[in-house]
Amino acid sequence: MTQTDAPQTDAPQNRPIHALCAEKVTLNYGGRDIVSNLSVEIPDGKVTVIVGANACGKSTLLRGLSRLLRPASGHVTLDGRDIHSVPSKEIAQVVGILPQSPIAPEGITVRDLVARGRYPHQGWFQQWSAADEAAVEHALEATDTAQLAARRIEELSGGQRQRVWIAMALSQDPDILLLDEPTTFLDVRHQLDALDVLADLNRERGTTIVMVLHELSLAARYADHMILMCEGRIIAQGTPAEVVTAERMLEAFGLEARIIDDPVSGSPMVIPLGRRS
Amino acid sequence: MTRTRRISGVLILVAVALALASIAVGAYTLTLPDLLVTLFGGGTSSDQFIVFKLRLPRVLLAILVAVAFGLAGALFQSLLRNALASPDIIGISGGASVAAVLSLLVFGATGLIVSLSALVGALLVAFTIYLLSWRSGMNGMRFVLIGVGIAFMAQSVIGYLITRGDVRDAQQALVWMVGGLGGASWDDILIMAVSLAILLPAVAVLASKLRMLQLGDDLAAGLGVSVQRSRLALIVVAVALVAIATALVGPLAFVAFVSAPIARRMVRGGGLALVPSALVAIVLVLGADFVAQHLLTAGTQVPTGIVTGIVGAPYLLWLISTTNREGRAS
Repeated sequence: MTQTDAPQTDAPQNRPIHALCAEKVTLNYGGRDIVSNLSVEIPDGKVTVIVGANACGKSTLLRGLSRLLRPASGHVTLDGRDIHSVPSKEIAQVVGILPQSPIAPEGITVRDLVARGRYPHQGWFQQWSAADEAAVEHALEATDTAQLAARRIEELSGGQRQRVWIAMALSQDPDILLLDEPTTFLDVRHQLDALDVLADLNRERGTTIVMVLHELSLAARYADHMILMCEGRIIAQGTPAEVVTAERMLEAFGLEARIIDDPVSGSPMVIPLGRRS
Repeated sequence: MTRTRRISGVLILVAVALALASIAVGAYTLTLPDLLVTLFGGGTSSDQFIVFKLRLPRVLLAILVAVAFGLAGALFQSLLRNALASPDIIGISGGASVAAVLSLLVFGATGLIVSLSALVGALLVAFTIYLLSWRSGMNGMRFVLIGVGIAFMAQSVIGYLITRGDVRDAQQALVWMVGGLGGASWDDILIMAVSLAILLPAVAVLASKLRMLQLGDDLAAGLGVSVQRSRLALIVVAVALVAIATALVGPLAFVAFVSAPIARRMVRGGGLALVPSALVAIVLVLGADFVAQHLLTAGTQVPTGIVTGIVGAPYLLWLISTTNREGRAS
């Protein structure tokens, strides 16, 4: 709370290095284990994408990593310390989370909403500092929402709204940003817009990105590191080329697929084979 | 921000005008110069008596309880993200009333004891609702529905107590139930003022957390708010505000319910609008009390709670229907 967290516009290498790890973590909802005995290390400064079939536990893992869900056993650690033993506000200065369905208060403007991301950097009496102002400006710029700043959230389109939520997460100025399906409900162009914003953020500021995505080919294109989950376990992780293979698609999704190289990015592309192909 | 300041300024002016009018006007009406001289310690002894013994306590108590009701409503509605979630709708005021009527009728209690029993009753109701609506997380709608059920139970218990009670006591309890400022005393003012002196700083500290809770539990937790602890603290503070005010003047109908929605529609912007909500409540209570005392029926005075209900409800309906017509999100 006392550090002055000026927004880092400098080179990625000036970012502190963080280690976010899950150690033998079991996560459950209402007594049922969704993720059991899982260990994973999130590579620093990379874009990690978690994929898997519905109900495979990928969102649950993300909730565990972001301390929204307390593990039934095992630990999630940030820089070697259990995230549940560190003051929540302190974690929030390093780790940002954008959940699947955040709520915008009725009538709030884009700027006011983005400014709320500064909460973890403010003390008891909420002085609004120059660093806060700069972080908000930067977040608006980076997500191309500056021209919307005075508009009310309910006037915006779905794609604009999602960029505003990402801007809010950016104004928090996290070194690690976790996102649960940030492209859901967006058409394909706006999916790319949102993912490009995140890729830029990773490249320009060195922010570690961890996200759950459904679209396999987009996931493979944007990911440095992929984690493939099936029934609460990780069945493969590594570069997209290592993870996205025909055998793995069959194992994780029960999907017959052919994998080709994406003609644009060279990353693996999944061509699903239905009964008609 | 500037809009909030401007609206607040206007509300303060209206409140001051209403307060002065309430002190000046009556069976014996003071002129404005006389009133001001008296307020600052001068004037005849009869003016002094009328102002300080008869009228000022009523106005001061009106202002203090209005702040409590307005803030309690605003806090509950934001916390549960539901405009219906005001303490008078979800049985919290009902709980306070049951405990207060019980202590009045059965134990013959007065003053501070009645306030404390109202506080205990309201807290009991609040935690009952909280526990009953808990299903691995809190759901605002479930909280409201269970609260509405409890409000009806409270009505029944009060009905039973009043029909069983002695006729004169029952009459007294009934007047209290409707809510009125008639019995305002300096003791009441002291109780409410001390309570606010403790609770308002707590509200100020908790407001920043509440602003995050507005974004949903997950996002609030991600931003570093301890969701459960903050929510419990907010509920305790809001319940205390409404319970103590209810114990002193009865459940003034609709004040907690309408003040915040009216204030938020005035200032806009999705904030908590706590200060404007309190100011709207002051204007509402002072206005309603003036009407109840002077304008409704010749000769007899009507309890203030009847007027707040008559005025408050249609105003809210009107606001809702007009904002929808303009196409603003409801």
